[in-house]
Amino acid sequence: MDLVRRRKLVNAFALSMSMLAVAFGLFWLFWILVDVFQLGIGAVRLSLFTQMTPPPGSEGGLLNAIVGSLLQVGLATAIGTPFGVLAGVYLAEYGRYGWLGRSTLFINDILLSAPSIVIGLFVYAVYVERVGHFSALAGVFALALIVVPVVIRTTENMLVLVPDSLREAVYALGTPKWKVITKVTLRASRAGIVTGVLLAVARISGETAPLLFTALSNQFWTLDLDKPMATLPVTIFKFAMSPFADWQRMAWAGVFLITLGVLGLNIAARILFRQKHR
Amino acid sequence: MNAIAAETAMMNESSVAALVTQISFRDFNFYYGKYHALKNINLDIYRGQVTAFIGPSGCGKSTLLRTMNRMYDLYPDQRASGGLLLEGMDVLDKSVDINRLRARIGMVFQKPTPFPMSIYENIAFGVKLQERLSRAQMDDRVEWALKKAALWDEVSGILNQSGMSLSGGQQQRLCIARGIAVKPEVLLLDEPTSALDPISTMRIEELIAELKEDFTIVIVTHNMQQAARISDYTAYMYLGELVEFGVTDQIFIKPGKKQTEDYITGRFG
Repeated sequence: MDLVRRRKLVNAFALSMSMLAVAFGLFWLFWILVDVFQLGIGAVRLSLFTQMTPPPGSEGGLLNAIVGSLLQVGLATAIGTPFGVLAGVYLAEYGRYGWLGRSTLFINDILLSAPSIVIGLFVYAVYVERVGHFSALAGVFALALIVVPVVIRTTENMLVLVPDSLREAVYALGTPKWKVITKVTLRASRAGIVTGVLLAVARISGETAPLLFTALSNQFWTLDLDKPMATLPVTIFKFAMSPFADWQRMAWAGVFLITLGVLGLNIAARILFRQKHR
Repeated sequence: MNAIAAETAMMNESSVAALVTQISFRDFNFYYGKYHALKNINLDIYRGQVTAFIGPSGCGKSTLLRTMNRMYDLYPDQRASGGLLLEGMDVLDKSVDINRLRARIGMVFQKPTPFPMSIYENIAFGVKLQERLSRAQMDDRVEWALKKAALWDEVSGILNQSGMSLSGGQQQRLCIARGIAVKPEVLLLDEPTSALDPISTMRIEELIAELKEDFTIVIVTHNMQQAARISDYTAYMYLGELVEFGVTDQIFIKPGKKQTEDYITGRFG
């Protein structure tokens, strides 16, 4: 066989295999999405947003779970983001060449890939057990612990991407280091850092495992952070595992809402990032 | 090398009145980690003159330039030793206020580096670090700097636009304006035209000729014609050593060393 034909054949083979792999991945993704939308949309009604989670066999909604999720995710992000950004700034701007910075980054990467159930059990051991009861606050701590490494990593990544030539130009004007960071490098990587925070929010809004041992769930309306509180993922888990058809239907509605929310956040993150790196 | 510098200074005293040394290197050495990048440099930079550093890639000309504002301080494995004096002040001394030093010695880099802010803010940024000016005074300063950098006519109507939106040549003039806005004594230019087209290059060269009225200028260039056109003094470097230093015309017309001649005539480099 001559060389050119051989190359073309190999090329066609490699191309079709990789396209097959793409199709394989997309197939399941779309199946999941289609299922979620079909079963989810059918279960969505106004009462979902106005009523509390019901006992089996009666009408109700997901209001307490939706608000609980928003509250806990919001608080966890509000607590985790400043820590993450500050630590990321340290790693990229101060500790980049030192042993402390490098080992922190390594440990952070481990934390980043730690199974979330481990974090749930950790908060259970150090907080819930000592206080003696489950609480929304414990859930917030667990979620914040997941946010921190994600934000650290993206902040560090984005700051390191700021070219040294820009950094040098700022220093060359006689700028003190803290001003270099606050006025120029953080500003130059703002879009990337916000993207990282949005991705962290997307990640924790679907987390179930760390909440099982911390915030648990609650059948009723509460905003008391010292009490167990419902969240969408845990409610979905509880309802989907139940034998009751109306609970199962509501679980699908919850899945639909979460999927929509996470999808929206991811798309928002993409658009933000693209605007920066046009 | 000391002898050469002294000789040149003497020779010039007849033609140019009162040549004053502003920056001087004495037995100056520089290291990147273990690598000995600059070896026993002895050199005087004269006030109000344009001094060009030429030499093949890797000869240490940019390294030498970057020692004058201690840019290397940003990188932990780089260090300098020996004497480096700015008007009698020991630049290498740990007690030197490095931000004050960099305000006195401005720098423009190879690649234009506008800050991610408006054109106005790009200029005002450095000024705000050193002085407290009223809004009107700041407006005046920004206008003054942009006029000095021959950019005012092109941007006077768009001062609030991002500095990144300008063309490459305009961005570089913005960086020069930013550098002179803080009114430094010395301006270091690190291959300022190597990323620009011929017309932008010409404008920057014209600009340098005007700026030397107010500032001492040190320029690194790999373009020998450029060095010949715009500089008063030229230093030829090779492998981390200063091979020859003198009046530009003399270096280009009648270099003292065979090595310099080979490089300038293009037989080597």
